[in-house]
Amino acid sequence: MYKHSVELDVGKCTGCTTCIRHCPTEAIRIRDGRAVINEDRCIDCGECIRVCPSNAKKAMCSKMEHYSHYKWKIALPAPSLYGQFANLTDVETILQGLLDIGFDDVFEVARAAELVTECTRLYLKSEGIKKPVISSACPVVVRLISLRYPYLRDNIMPILPPIEIAAMMARKKAKEEHPELKDEDIGLFFISPCAAKVSYIRNGFGSYKSKIDVVVSMKDIYFKLLGAMKKGEQPTVSPTAGMIGIGWASSGGESSAILNDNYLAADGIENINKVLDAIENGNIPQLEFIELNACTGGCVGGVMTIENPFIARTRLQSVRRYLPVSLNRLPSDIHYVPENFYCSELPTYMPISRLSENFSESMRMMSRIQEIKKELPGIDCGACGSPSCRAFAEDLVRGAVKDITACKMYGTKKTQESDSDNQGEI
Amino acid sequence: MSECLTFHYDVDGEDFTSAGQASVQVKKNLRRLGIPPEIIRQVSIAMYEGEINMVIHAGGGNADVIVYEDRIEIILADKGPGIKDVALAMQEGYSTAPDSVRSLGFGAGMGLPNMKRYTDEMTIDTVVGEGTTIKMVVKLR
Repeated sequence: MYKHSVELDVGKCTGCTTCIRHCPTEAIRIRDGRAVINEDRCIDCGECIRVCPSNAKKAMCSKMEHYSHYKWKIALPAPSLYGQFANLTDVETILQGLLDIGFDDVFEVARAAELVTECTRLYLKSEGIKKPVISSACPVVVRLISLRYPYLRDNIMPILPPIEIAAMMARKKAKEEHPELKDEDIGLFFISPCAAKVSYIRNGFGSYKSKIDVVVSMKDIYFKLLGAMKKGEQPTVSPTAGMIGIGWASSGGESSAILNDNYLAADGIENINKVLDAIENGNIPQLEFIELNACTGGCVGGVMTIENPFIARTRLQSVRRYLPVSLNRLPSDIHYVPENFYCSELPTYMPISRLSENFSESMRMMSRIQEIKKELPGIDCGACGSPSCRAFAEDLVRGAVKDITACKMYGTKKTQESDSDNQGEI
Repeated sequence: MSECLTFHYDVDGEDFTSAGQASVQVKKNLRRLGIPPEIIRQVSIAMYEGEINMVIHAGGGNADVIVYEDRIEIILADKGPGIKDVALAMQEGYSTAPDSVRSLGFGAGMGLPNMKRYTDEMTIDTVVGEGTTIKMVVKLR
């Protein structure tokens, strides 16, 4: 069972219909006056967290303090963290700040991102791969493909995302530098910009289990970190990643680094759906690589970031300005993607929108849905708790709603003629 | 129960940017029916190409997708200019699309050939000056 990472504060939820109308997979319903998320359909994109006017939804994360049993705590900051601070022009101050708030070491995820960039270039040159290759870095995209674009599953780049490579490298480094440490002494703390990474780390990637131990929200760590950074301690650490690694924080950074003009970068869930539909229909010119980020602006737009994504992106430009292009390379004798960079298995297709396992039964149900839809007002008001009239009809046929009179507008209007859905659900 | 299900879509000829929407909608409905991904893709590509054709050449039209137990039929009907030479139109690379359309990346002359390639049967019923009806069949088993 897939475990998602969006949590509802029942006390705060007013049962308004904002989230159900914004959810791109129609995973939410209002039942008994509060939001209920269907875990099978949720892709952890964070839209509901973003739009909730009562702040009743939040991403489930761990608190650093609860993990004091680790003798050696390593912070793995996502590069998007570097865009959260005003007037910051160097990475050292942040890295030092992380040490000052109690981490024993810091390992920049941007380091691993530079290696993944190099692997991507190598992978794109390999024979027999399905193109365009779709980046596997945004877990929302990978999950969306497994739910909605099964045909594109083999286009996903089967290389582990930077956080996993960073986790492997950080653990190895800790053991080399401190041979006395046992595996259970080392805690790898990912500082995450989004809820989707939390889910990904919990659920893994196909049969692959994440090597990260704890996920801390960028928001949670922000003030503590800001306090430490303001003390102005002279940094004892140097940056370990260059412009390419940090560039991964915003949309277009990952793809522009592959040194190939045949790429496309899109961000925001609606745009991603448009691009994936276009690839599926084969009407995108021959592209090599597609970078897709569920959040507007890329990872800097994650729900656990503090700063507006566009301001964060601008700030990242100043942070990157004085850095070398890249500081991490694969060993010069390696001309292929290292075996341990591959993920063993991609997620399989889950036909969650299927009405029934039996085709004839699905046909009957669909026919009922079409009939019921004709009876409904077709204004998608959401007052019944379902995101659209079509979804309400489906809920009724599936038995999740008992009676058509649950439609508050029942009998007021008849408009639906075409079989188009007004919303972009799965 | 009814033996078939019909999904009806209006293809708006005025709006180039919305071309392709019916094929996206049809994918959703076929997923709900539990149709295998490869078949969904075939139907979707055939629909998409047909939709674009209707927008470019015929000022829009109607698209009906009819799902039977053993097959899916796609019927695209328009009241456009008709096709003068069907055999020629079926040739890859042949196109009568105006330059304005080609500059948008369409009009490569692959529409009809692709529709044929991705379906099991295709019949074109066309009368010059009256319109065209294309019927395609994708078998389910």
